[in-house]
Amino acid sequence: MAQGFTRTEILPALPPPITERGAVKWMRENLFSTPLNIVLTVLGALFVYWIVASSLPWWLNSVWNAESLSQCREIVQAKAGEGATGACWASIRVWWGAFLFGFYPPAEWWRPILAFGLLFAALAPVLYAGQRGNLTLVLGVVAAFLLVTLYLSQAPTSAFVMVVVLVAGLIALAQVLPGKLLWFTLVYPALCFWLLWGGSIWSPIVAMAGFAVLYAVFRLTSPLIGLAPAAGAGIVAAALWWLYLDVPLLSALHSMLPLEIRSINSDQFGGFLLATVIGVTGISFSLPIGILLALGRQSDMLIVKTLSVGFIEFVRGVPLITLLFTASLLLQYFLPPGTNFDIILRVIILVTFFAAAYLAEVIRGGLAALPRGQYEAADALGLDYWRAQRLIILPQALKVSIPAIVSTFIGLFKDTTLVSFVGLMDPLRGVTTILRADINWKGIYWEPYIFVGAIFFLICFGMSRYSMYLERKLKTDHR
Amino acid sequence: MADAAKMQISDEVAIQITGMNKWYGQFHVLRDINMTVQRGERIVICGPSGSGKSTLIRCINRLEEHQQGQIIVDGTELTNDLKNIDKVRSEVGMVFQHFNLFPHLTILENLTLAPIWVRKVPKREAEETAMYFLQKVKIPEQANKYPGQLSGGQQQRVAIARSLCMKPRIMLFDEPTSALDPEMIKEVLDTMIQLAEEGMTMICVTHEMGFAQAVANRVIFMDQGQIVEQNEPKEFFNNPKSDRTKLFLSQILGH
Repeated sequence: MAQGFTRTEILPALPPPITERGAVKWMRENLFSTPLNIVLTVLGALFVYWIVASSLPWWLNSVWNAESLSQCREIVQAKAGEGATGACWASIRVWWGAFLFGFYPPAEWWRPILAFGLLFAALAPVLYAGQRGNLTLVLGVVAAFLLVTLYLSQAPTSAFVMVVVLVAGLIALAQVLPGKLLWFTLVYPALCFWLLWGGSIWSPIVAMAGFAVLYAVFRLTSPLIGLAPAAGAGIVAAALWWLYLDVPLLSALHSMLPLEIRSINSDQFGGFLLATVIGVTGISFSLPIGILLALGRQSDMLIVKTLSVGFIEFVRGVPLITLLFTASLLLQYFLPPGTNFDIILRVIILVTFFAAAYLAEVIRGGLAALPRGQYEAADALGLDYWRAQRLIILPQALKVSIPAIVSTFIGLFKDTTLVSFVGLMDPLRGVTTILRADINWKGIYWEPYIFVGAIFFLICFGMSRYSMYLERKLKTDHR
Repeated sequence: MADAAKMQISDEVAIQITGMNKWYGQFHVLRDINMTVQRGERIVICGPSGSGKSTLIRCINRLEEHQQGQIIVDGTELTNDLKNIDKVRSEVGMVFQHFNLFPHLTILENLTLAPIWVRKVPKREAEETAMYFLQKVKIPEQANKYPGQLSGGQQQRVAIARSLCMKPRIMLFDEPTSALDPEMIKEVLDTMIQLAEEGMTMICVTHEMGFAQAVANRVIFMDQGQIVEQNEPKEFFNNPKSDRTKLFLSQILGH
């Protein structure tokens, strides 16, 4: 009995019934959906209660002011009665400087602080490209942070003047030409190096001039001999500059105008200063190297491809600690006698290579995820290889790989603690061991590890949140 | 209309293919292709799948490499010389079956990217050209959206506009309507017809026989990597010569 039917009016949309809404629906679906889930929910709640109940007194009885562990314990007993336990954060308070700076002389603490603050000023143009509001906000926070911390660390007046001039200049630049802030990012590595290690102001300037030489040679020769040979010529020119002209020029300039700050040796670096120096340099250099390796691995040119594959597979196939031992011991055998190749620099180079090899594989995954059509469309429009990579392929491949790239960065940052194996004073093992060897704090173990763990967590969590922000911002597929 | 369009065909040779062969490994995909395209011609290439028709037009802008024979596009021979390849590619526009828009760029950025970076056109001017062509394909209001927000038909029209922004002298269409819902095919075909009426040299791989009849001045039928038959559309459809063509036409026009 088939019957014709024609709808004459469209039904209005109604709200769902109460059991399908809000907290009730959520709990029903997520906590109490089956008997097994009910049991697990109850067990989970009991477990959380047990953890909190047994550790809460320890946290609540925290002691912040004490001379030694035994004094700490007396204070806890006096406050909370016989047999009570409490955290003794006073140990962190006493060893605070070592956790942050290692044996960096306290009178010079303002230098790493300044370098750290300016790091964010240098990162901002990269992280928030061209967004005037965000840039100004970051620079403002940097200025406030620097003024407060520099005051607390009793920095000399000249440091304050430098901060005010520099940050005010950057903020002004952010208002007028936010794109030009990238120049500060380019200059920052040299500035940071000079602030941290000290010495003549000419040494970073002369070293950076090597890059200017590289660029100038590249620009002058590229119309004549093509891009790749010009890049090679530029690199050769820069290497010659660093090998033969750097030192004489430096001493000449220094004798003309001796401007210098106290120079600090690498073995005085430690704590989070060391972790940050290695981590940040490693992260910022491993990404471009990783991209080049990933592209090299996909290249049609046999030599480039073989070298890239060989490098990636070798570095990934070897534990990081092996590379670090290579950095600290073996490299010395291969270098000419008497060469003073800084240990931190050596470690940074190998950590960078290590992360770059992993990043190359991560980025290769992103490249492989792109449909062939994207390459073909770029080709069909007449874009050459490098433009197609830069404008079409890499922006998409990197976007797909953001979570994995940030994971690698987080891994790299945590791996900086491994430098303790080559005698550097990392925050986790280096500084903590020294603290625990202190006669006053013998027997303490939870507090320093919790402290170091918390700081690492904050930094890594920050990176993770930023990557999520970036993913949201770059999401254009609207699926 | 068709007659008026025929007038625009000049004696100037746009594409000359002689004795061209191509292999994928051991597989001989294109066999002894000889073909001349006059400026202003509108050629439809059809044939069963796997007959090499897409491969043929992809050889014309060197997305595929041929192993034997000669392809001369606008007086430039396609060899391994990258300069020649780039020159040909910037003169030859291509529209793909799956649009291949750049999903991370807005429509406007998709259209201005190649003019700015390849042709070195100032940004302002490139944007004006882009808006002109968006108007032409009738979607100027989508300029600041991303490709993912557009329908298939709109995306394909953007892809056509993107090619046109490079001011190409030849346009290649590789099954431009095959990935579209039936209701969107017409809007894309309309755009292509409009382009044909303006005298663009076009080579289209398509199964839209209505389009072939309305616009093409020559239909080429390919099978097993060879050109089996070519003729004016009227002759081709009403009076096919080869048995293979007859079979193909009966299959696609049968219902």
